[in-house]
Amino acid sequence: MALDVPRFRRGNGQSSSTEDPPAQTTQDPSFALPESGGTLARPEPVTGAPQRPEPEEPSTVGIGPYRLALRRLRRNKTAIFFAGLFVLIVVVCLLAPVYSKDIAKIAPNSTNVTGTVNGHNVVSTSGVPIGPQFGAHYFFGADEEGRDLAVRLLYGGRTSLLIGGVATVIILLFGTLVGLLAGYFRGIIDAILRPIMELIWSFPPVILGVAVGTALALGGIGPIKGNSVFIPALIIGVIYIPYLGKPIRGETLRLREMDFVDAARVQGMSPRRIMFSEILPNTMSTIIVFAPIMLANAILLEAYLSFLGAGVQPPNASWGTLISDGINYLDTTPTFALIPGAMLVLTVLSINVFGDGVRDALDPRAQVKIQT
Amino acid sequence: MARFAVRRFMSMLALLFATSVVVFGIFEIIPSYNPARAIAGRNANKTTVQEVSRKFGFDKPFYAQYANTMKLIFTGQIVDYQDQLNVVDQFKQKFPATLSLVIPAGIIWLIAAIVLGSVGALKAGKFADRALMVMAIVGVSIPVFLLAAVLLYLLAYKTSVFPNTGYVSLTSSPAQWAYHLILPWFSIALLSIGFYSRVLRGNILDMINQDFVRTARAKGLSQRDVFSRHVLRNSLMPIITLFGLDFATLLGGATLVTETVFNIPGIGQYEAAAIGNLDVPPILVGAMFTAFFVVIFGAFCDLFYALLDPRIRLSG
Repeated sequence: MALDVPRFRRGNGQSSSTEDPPAQTTQDPSFALPESGGTLARPEPVTGAPQRPEPEEPSTVGIGPYRLALRRLRRNKTAIFFAGLFVLIVVVCLLAPVYSKDIAKIAPNSTNVTGTVNGHNVVSTSGVPIGPQFGAHYFFGADEEGRDLAVRLLYGGRTSLLIGGVATVIILLFGTLVGLLAGYFRGIIDAILRPIMELIWSFPPVILGVAVGTALALGGIGPIKGNSVFIPALIIGVIYIPYLGKPIRGETLRLREMDFVDAARVQGMSPRRIMFSEILPNTMSTIIVFAPIMLANAILLEAYLSFLGAGVQPPNASWGTLISDGINYLDTTPTFALIPGAMLVLTVLSINVFGDGVRDALDPRAQVKIQT
Repeated sequence: MARFAVRRFMSMLALLFATSVVVFGIFEIIPSYNPARAIAGRNANKTTVQEVSRKFGFDKPFYAQYANTMKLIFTGQIVDYQDQLNVVDQFKQKFPATLSLVIPAGIIWLIAAIVLGSVGALKAGKFADRALMVMAIVGVSIPVFLLAAVLLYLLAYKTSVFPNTGYVSLTSSPAQWAYHLILPWFSIALLSIGFYSRVLRGNILDMINQDFVRTARAKGLSQRDVFSRHVLRNSLMPIITLFGLDFATLLGGATLVTETVFNIPGIGQYEAAAIGNLDVPPILVGAMFTAFFVVIFGAFCDLFYALLDPRIRLSG
């Protein structure tokens, strides 16, 4: 699907019996895997680091799995670098109002079609916006209505990140909840939740998001107005719930049959307590691995929806709408589309690389394979 | 086996039904949306709007409207609100352009992934392998329309190696057809190649330890024969299955943005325009069309797996 939509690989978690048999340690020297006492080689993460022998842990006795994972993650310099880059992007975007007020001295939505900068028209007489000036005003040039692209880039980044973040929170909360409920209670609850998840899952996210997004952009939903940025956030969140809900359901189905859950039940624990204090902690590594992937995919899907006019509505900007506007000026002012595009890719890439490092560090049983 | 196939078929029908209800229902819940006004035009008076509303049955309850729309779709009589054109005819007319886009793109992507995945596995841990990993992770981080814009800028506007947009049908000029479509093909294919070759690489490394590979080597086959006839052939199966699903969803995702950027008059562009106009019939038919392909390909993959693996057949 690399083709179209940010989405998880189908086939994972869909039917547990289709999973590949565990990989065996290779004997062929040209495919040598690190051998650690003849154990089975772990399944190779799709975008994981190439196999190379890891230095022996000094001593792992008495250290919890999460602290061990953190220790491994800290050694992964690439992951740490990209995490830093992501934090930098977030901070810069949060400073958008400061840049707008104190440096560029222009509001993100104020148009300036007839103005001039450095002796040139901001928007030429034929309607072409000016390119980068690399000064306080119009650092990255203007858009077709003479708005400052650098200011809109930062505000747009704020919007994109906010939508991604809100959607990720929705996915993590409800995906986990739906998975736990369906997996633990089975029966009628599962019979209701599972087909709904299957239905959402069977739609390509872009088609579903675009249809719902267009509809809600017109009418709004409840107290939320149609042009609110929370509408795309909500839509993206709901679309991706099954992508976490299904694997959590599968894990819950497996965990509920285990002895420690029986023990809890015999002790007289309530189902709620069993779900949240016995089963939930055991699915935590899956949830942690999913979080960055969901964030990256949510930001990407927002860009797709905004590009097609079904996401962020004008006059608000997001990276998706900026690319969409800029693509009309590709021959005259290519920076208009390519600078927001570069920001988008840099952000999503840094989340993905960091997420990959987290997955390597945790190496949970659940194999997560994503693709866009 | 037959029971498994029947079960899959039934759940497929249920899913298609649910799909159509959801898409239809989405547009019903918009409070300010009135299709009759869209059809009648901006300056229509109240009686005209009411007339249109009656003619199209918008005054009827939801289930009646739904039943009527489905009847029109399956008898091929559905028309769009915007231009009153037959949607099924439009789809038939625009499908060749979309197929011209996705089929060669799929072939490029699959062949490149097979070659690169094999290289990655044979050189595991070396530079080529790491480059492939970078390509995979970058590929999942770029939206198709952005890659399309970059290619368009570099190769069409800046250097004019390729035409900037447009479409020439295969029957009128095969050379021009390919010339106009090379950039769109690569926009779609490039992003997936990294991911697919990465998956294939993993499969090959798993396969290389299997007993039958050792047997093949023990009976004296050359390395090349062992690799191409045994290892690669068996490693390809999961890739082909993934590809089936991705290819189906291509119709409802990448084509929308790629055809819009490159101005290719296919189903995707038609759909994107319908979305802009809030024209329900094309969106509805398009969504059902895509869901149909996704479900069909999914069912084929399940059947394919079930044929290979008796465990699925029994538990199915």
